Amino acid sequence: MSKIKKDYEHTFFGKLERWIAGENDVFYEDPEPMALEEREKKAGHNYLAYLEQIPDVGYSYEKAKAYHYIYRILTVLMGVFIVGTLLYVVYFLPPFGDADNPVNNEVSRRYIEKGMEETGAVNIVAGMILDYRAFDTFGESNVLFIAASAVLLLLKAGDGAKTAKSQKEIGMKEDVILQRVTFILSPMLFLFGIYVILNGHLSPGGGFSGGAIIGGSLILFRNSYGYEAIEQFFTEKTFQNCTLIALGFYCLAKSYSFFTGANHLNSHIPLGTPGDIFSAGLILPLNIAVGIVVACTMYSFYALFSKGGI
Amino acid sequence: MLEHFLENGEVVTSVILFGIGLAALLLHKNLIKKIIGLNIMDTAAYLFLAAQGYIEGRGAPIVTDGVTRMDAYINPIPSGLVLTGIVVSVSVTALMLALTVCLYQKYHSLNMDYIIMKMRKEEE
Amino acid sequence: MEFVCNFPFFSIMVSMFSGVISSVLKGKKARNLGVAVNGIVIVLSAATLAYVMSTGESFVYTMGHYTAPWGNEIRVGVLEALTATFFSFVMLLSVLGGMKHLSRELEDRSLGMYFLFLNLMLGAILALIYTNDIFTAYVFIEINTIAACGLIMVRKTGPVYVAATRYMIMSLMGSGLFLIGVCILYTVTGHLLMPNIQESVKMLMLRGEYHIPLLMVIILITAGLAIKSGLYPFHSWMPAAYGFSLPSSSAILSGLVSKSYIFLLIKIIYRVVGKDTILGSDIIKVLFAFSVFAIILGSVGAIREKDIRYMNAYSSVAQIGYVYMGIGLGSRAGMVAAMFHILVHAATKSLLFISAEGLSQASGHTYRIQELKGAGYRSRLAGIGFTVGAFSLVGIPLFGGFISKISFAVAATEDPRKVVLVFIVIAISTLLNAIYFVRTVIIIYTPAAASEKSRRVKLGAAGCTAITVFAAVNFILGLFSGPFIGAIKQGIAMFQ
Repeated sequence: MSKIKKDYEHTFFGKLERWIAGENDVFYEDPEPMALEEREKKAGHNYLAYLEQIPDVGYSYEKAKAYHYIYRILTVLMGVFIVGTLLYVVYFLPPFGDADNPVNNEVSRRYIEKGMEETGAVNIVAGMILDYRAFDTFGESNVLFIAASAVLLLLKAGDGAKTAKSQKEIGMKEDVILQRVTFILSPMLFLFGIYVILNGHLSPGGGFSGGAIIGGSLILFRNSYGYEAIEQFFTEKTFQNCTLIALGFYCLAKSYSFFTGANHLNSHIPLGTPGDIFSAGLILPLNIAVGIVVACTMYSFYALFSKGGI
Repeated sequence: MLEHFLENGEVVTSVILFGIGLAALLLHKNLIKKIIGLNIMDTAAYLFLAAQGYIEGRGAPIVTDGVTRMDAYINPIPSGLVLTGIVVSVSVTALMLALTVCLYQKYHSLNMDYIIMKMRKEEE
Repeated sequence: MEFVCNFPFFSIMVSMFSGVISSVLKGKKARNLGVAVNGIVIVLSAATLAYVMSTGESFVYTMGHYTAPWGNEIRVGVLEALTATFFSFVMLLSVLGGMKHLSRELEDRSLGMYFLFLNLMLGAILALIYTNDIFTAYVFIEINTIAACGLIMVRKTGPVYVAATRYMIMSLMGSGLFLIGVCILYTVTGHLLMPNIQESVKMLMLRGEYHIPLLMVIILITAGLAIKSGLYPFHSWMPAAYGFSLPSSSAILSGLVSKSYIFLLIKIIYRVVGKDTILGSDIIKVLFAFSVFAIILGSVGAIREKDIRYMNAYSSVAQIGYVYMGIGLGSRAGMVAAMFHILVHAATKSLLFISAEGLSQASGHTYRIQELKGAGYRSRLAGIGFTVGAFSLVGIPLFGGFISKISFAVAATEDPRKVVLVFIVIAISTLLNAIYFVRTVIIIYTPAAASEKSRRVKLGAAGCTAITVFAAVNFILGLFSGPFIGAIKQGIAMFQ
C-alpha cells in the first residue's frame, strides 16, 4: 500500500495535489533524492543551515503553522467579502444581453453604422481599435514591447551562447516524428498567421491573433529542430530590428494620422473599397506592424524562458 | 434577487472569479500561485467587459452583406477593450514569471516569506 | 488651431519613439538620446504652459479624425501643462544627479535598457497627465508600472528582485481594482471619455439611478490608485523599492511615478465622477483618515530606520499622506495645497535621494546614518543639498515645504470639524520630521576623525548641477510660491 502511495506521489496528479497543499518546488525535483543538498552545496548555499538559523529571526515552523491557519481563514474571509460586495453591486447593474443598456448608445451606433464608411474596415472591431481609438492600441503595443525588453534584461544569460544552456540541458532531443509533423505543419501555421493578419480588417483576426499564431509556429519549429536551426534566420539582432522597424513605423504612421486629424487636414490616405484586401487605409499596414511585434515577442518570451537568450 | 443573479450568470461568475483572483494575488505566499491569481483576476475583468457587450440575438460586429444597421450587431467597444486588455495581461504575466525565475535562481524558493527572510539574513 | 497646441502630443510621441529607438542603441548613445529627448519635452511643455496661461482656456486635442465621444483625446489645461513641465524637469535633474552612479553601476547593455524604460516612462507619465480618456489611462498606467519595475530591477541583484516583485504585486492589485472600476463605470455610463462620463454621471445622479454601482466605482478607482501611489496601509513595498534601487530610480519613483497616479486621481475626481458626487460620499473621509495614519506612522517608521535610503522612503510615505490629506479635506483650497505639495515633494525628495547618495559615496559607500559622520564636510554640495531638502520637508520658512504646510493649515480652517485634527497632525508631524531630519543633518555635520577629513569626493559636473538646481527650485517654491499657487488655482478652476 505504501508503495502505491509512494508511486502516486511521483505522478503528475500526486505532485499537483502536493503543490495545491502548499509544498514548494514539487515539479522541480531531481530523480536522485540527495540532489537538492548537492546542488545547494555546489551553489555555495546551504538550505538546511538556513532552516536551522530560522528561529533566530523569530520565525519558526511551529509558529508559522499556527499563523498558516489564521492566514487561510483571513484569505477566505477577504475573498468572500470582496465577492459579496461586488455581487451586491451586480444586483444593481443593467441586465445581461439587453439592447436598451446604457452601453448601447450613440458611440456604438456610429461605430456600427458609419464604421465601414469612415474607416474602410469590414471588421468593425479592427476599425475601432486601429482608427477610432488608435491611441489605446498604440499604448498597448508599447506595453508588449516594454515587457519584452524587461524580460530580455532579466533572463538574458551573460555573453550569448557561452553561458546559455545547451540543448541537452533544457531537455531537447531529436525526434523524427515531431520533425516530420513540424515539417508539414510549421509552414502551414506560418501562412495561416499571415492570412489572419492580412485579413484583419475583413474577417475575425488581426495583428494580435495572427502574430500569436506565427509566434506559435516559430516555437514549434524550435522545439522540434532545436534552436541552432532557428538561429539560422532568427537571432536577437533580428528580433531587435523587426521590433524597431515595426514599432517605429507604427509610431510614425499613427503620429501622421493623429496630427492630420487634430489639425483638420486631409490625410490623403485612400480608404479603397471596403472588402478588398488593399483597403481600409492605414489599418492593414498597422496590422502587419502589430503582427510582427507580437510574433517576435511571443517567440522571444519562449526562447528567453527556455534557454536564457533569443 | 436570486433570479436576477441566475439571469446574469456571466457577470456573477466574473465577479466571483475576480474576488478569488484578488485574494490569491494578495494572500498566497507561493509566487506562482500569486501569478495564477493575477491571471484569474484579469480574465475575470475581461469576462465582465465581454458580457457587457453582448446583446441577445445579434451577430458578431463584422459587416456581412453590407448591412450596417445597429440592430444587426452586438456592441463592438467591449470586444476592442478586451483585446487591448489581454495583451496588457500577457505582458505583465511574462514579466512576473521572469522575476520569479530570477528569484528562484537566487534564493531556491518560491515562498515569498522565505525569500524575504533569506534576503534579510544575507543583508546583515 | 495654433501650432503650439500640437506640443503635448509631440512630447508624448517623441518620448515613446525614442524609447523604441533606444532598444538598438549602445548604452552611451541611448543615454544621450534620453537626456536630449527629456530636454526637448521640457521645452515643449513649457511652451504649452505659456500658451495656455496666455489664453486662459484649456483645449482639447483629438488623437485622430474623430471627436469625443468616438475617438481618443488629450486635454491640456494650465494644471496639466504645469505638471508636465515640472515633472519632466525633475526627471531630467534626477537622471543628471544619478548619472555618475548609473555609468559606474550599470554595464553598457543595461544602461541602454535603463534609458529605454526611462523614455517610455516619461511618455507614459505625460500621457497620464494629459489623457482625457479613462481606458487610455489604464493602458498607460500599465506602461508606467512595468517601466518602474524595470527601473528598480535594472541592477539585477537578489534584494532588487525581491523589491521589484513586491512592487509589482501591490501595483498589479491596484491596476486590477482600477480596471474593474473602469469596467463598471463603462457599464453604467456607456462612455470612456471623461467629459461624456461626467455628463452621464450627472444625469444618473439627477435621476437617482445606479447609485450603488457608482459608489463602488469611486471606491474601486480610488483604492486602486491609492494602492499604486503607496497610501499608508499599502506602503509595504515602498521602503524596499526605494531603498535598493539606484538613486535616480528612487528619486523618479518617489517623486514622479506615485505622483502621476495621484494626479490622475485628482483628474478623475474633478472630471469624471464630479466634485459634488465625491464630496457627497464618505470616501473622502476614509481617505482623510488613512492620510492621518500615513503622516504619523510614516514619520515614526522613518525615525526607526538606521539606513538613510530607508529613512527617505518612509518619509515619502508621510509626504504622500500629506497629499491625500489635502484631497481628503474635500475643498478647493485643500486640492490646491495637495497639488502644490506634489510639486514640492517631487523636487525635494529627488534632491534628498541624490544628495544622500553623494554623502554615502563620501563615507565609503555606507548608507548607515551613524557612519555618515562628517560627510557634509567631505562632500560639501551633497551636504548642503541634503540640508536644504531636509529643512524644506520639516517646514522651515524660506523653503517650499513651509508654504505647503501653511496652505494645508489654511485650507483646513474652512472645515470646522477637521481643523483641530489637521493642526494637531501638522504639529506632530513637524516634530517627528524634525527629529529624524535634523538628527541626520547634525550627524553629517559632526566633525569626524582627522584621518577621514582628507577623503574628499567629487560629484561630477552633472551631479553638481542637479543638486544646485534642485536646491534653487526649493528656494523658488518657498520664496515665490505666488505664481505657482495662482497657476494651480487657475488650472483647477479649468477642470470644472
